[in-house]
Amino acid sequence: MSKPVRTGGRAGGILAVFAVLAVFPLVLQNATVTTIAVDTLIFGAAAVAWNIFSGYSGYISLGHAVFFGTGAYTVGIAARAWQLTGDAVFALLPLAAAVAAGLAVPLGLIALRVRRHTFVVITIAFFFIAQLTATNLSVTGGSSGILAPSPNWDAATFNNPFYYTALALLAVTIAMSWLIRGSRFGLQLRAIRDDEDRAAGLGVRAMPVKLAAFVISAIVTGMAGGLWFYFIGQAIPQFAFDPLFDLSVVVMAFFGGLGTIWGPLLGALLIEPAQQWLTLQYTNEYLSEILLGALFLVVILGLPRGVIPTGAEKIAMLRARLRSARETAAAGGPERQRADPVREAGAPGAPARDTGASAREAGP
Amino acid sequence: MLRAEGVSKAFGGVQALRDCTVEVEQGTIAGLIGPNGSGKTTLFNIVTGYERVGGGEVYLGDRKITNLLPQRVFAAGIGRTFQLTRIFPRLTVMENMLVATQHTGSRRTRNPLARAGGRADRRRAAEVLEFTGIAGHSDALADTLSYGQRKLLELSYVLVADPAIVLLDEPAGGVNPSLIQHIADRIRELNAAGKTFLIVEHNMDFVMGLCGQVTVLDYGTVVAAGPPEIIRSDPRVLDAYLGIAEEDDDADAG
Repeated sequence: MSKPVRTGGRAGGILAVFAVLAVFPLVLQNATVTTIAVDTLIFGAAAVAWNIFSGYSGYISLGHAVFFGTGAYTVGIAARAWQLTGDAVFALLPLAAAVAAGLAVPLGLIALRVRRHTFVVITIAFFFIAQLTATNLSVTGGSSGILAPSPNWDAATFNNPFYYTALALLAVTIAMSWLIRGSRFGLQLRAIRDDEDRAAGLGVRAMPVKLAAFVISAIVTGMAGGLWFYFIGQAIPQFAFDPLFDLSVVVMAFFGGLGTIWGPLLGALLIEPAQQWLTLQYTNEYLSEILLGALFLVVILGLPRGVIPTGAEKIAMLRARLRSARETAAAGGPERQRADPVREAGAPGAPARDTGASAREAGP
Repeated sequence: MLRAEGVSKAFGGVQALRDCTVEVEQGTIAGLIGPNGSGKTTLFNIVTGYERVGGGEVYLGDRKITNLLPQRVFAAGIGRTFQLTRIFPRLTVMENMLVATQHTGSRRTRNPLARAGGRADRRRAAEVLEFTGIAGHSDALADTLSYGQRKLLELSYVLVADPAIVLLDEPAGGVNPSLIQHIADRIRELNAAGKTFLIVEHNMDFVMGLCGQVTVLDYGTVVAAGPPEIIRSDPRVLDAYLGIAEEDDDADAG
């Protein structure tokens, strides 16, 4: 009966984390800190959204900056056209989501026809097309970009509306990620990740499933981009469509645990503040980029499955070892196992072993 | 029940199948044998939609299923396993089973955001795992199973979808003798309950002991078809097998 207790404990933990995040800007009112916090939440939402598609389906997109930038420009162009400012600009985020989704459908229909490296290359190509388009169109303001309306909020609590909007976006995105992971849709995505052709042979209609995940991911990324634009105050092509955006969300997801619910968030909570802090601390803006690249290498080589899966596995192994040590001590020796054709069926493969530990590894 | 009629297929200059006709009667266990590279797996791939036919037609009952996509062939009622076992390594054994139950269920349970695997699906999956003998590994990641257990898992998730006919590609390949017996017993039990099978296998004892009807392929053509006792002594079969035995290689395309 430990499961309900554990589930209850987990729900309590999640509530506690969000409670801390909710009061954070009320307690720490330093503008530098809250600025980093807003950035972190925006990137957290973007990383969790990226993981809903790439983490669950195994299709690594390096072109999500297309949706981030599209969201940014959508909010910028619409706010300028309708002369919106203050809280009203936040109401444009669903529009950013809709435009990003509208763009994701044709892009997905093209890119999702191919797999693995070819898919990655096509998403990178989309990214460059988007950046060049934004540089060359007059509606996007060309290379000088678009300025955001500046709200006349009180300086002391200026960041709060951004903070709480970003927190709400993050909370909804995590809830979506959790819901999808445990759903039929999520199972189909993870089956596609493991063996797409085999999944098709078991009735999974791969294209609609992949496309739906791609669009859902683009929706959140577009909203994150729209919010980021309003917060930063402007969108210019090389920052709205920034290759570092994709590198950042990929490192965050890989670092925390690709395909897990909490991994990308953990990655964002650690990496984004570190990057911002380094940029503030050392005026050389490239230092944080060099370190981000170095961290990417360390994660890929040393922790290819990320912190959360590896940590969970180590804890589970430790528990199993303690349990078996206790059982051995109680039984006075290792337990003999009954002969059984299935248990002995390990011709060229590994022998059957207790896998409770690694089964949990894929969990959140 | 399943009929491949005059099926042909070429890969570049290699004629893998040539005007090949294979039929499986409902409720039987049929065997498909032949030397390596004789076109057995190609025929499986064509029937299950993984390859497009070069010529000919495939029927399931009265329904023409030629060139349907794999997911449609599966929905039509044909389940298959692969020669090199294909499971979903990073899903648990139970999740592997639930992937195959996705197409079943009422409209309500087809809601994509509904929790994967309703109670009925999970119960049915657990029953099948119990039947094949790997129920104890239900919560384990499929990646951690041994080779033989993977064979059983692949058989299990095909069975849980309850297809009208099951195509098994070398179910006894690379597994130990006691497990081969275990698999043969399960196939016999299912067949006694009415399930139809088409089996590709190199283990002659396994095929001859199980199948009521055996078709022999050689160089992509059917050289013999009939009950095992006739096939066993057919000179063309002996020639196909013994003739190639000395020049056999590892490049198994069959």
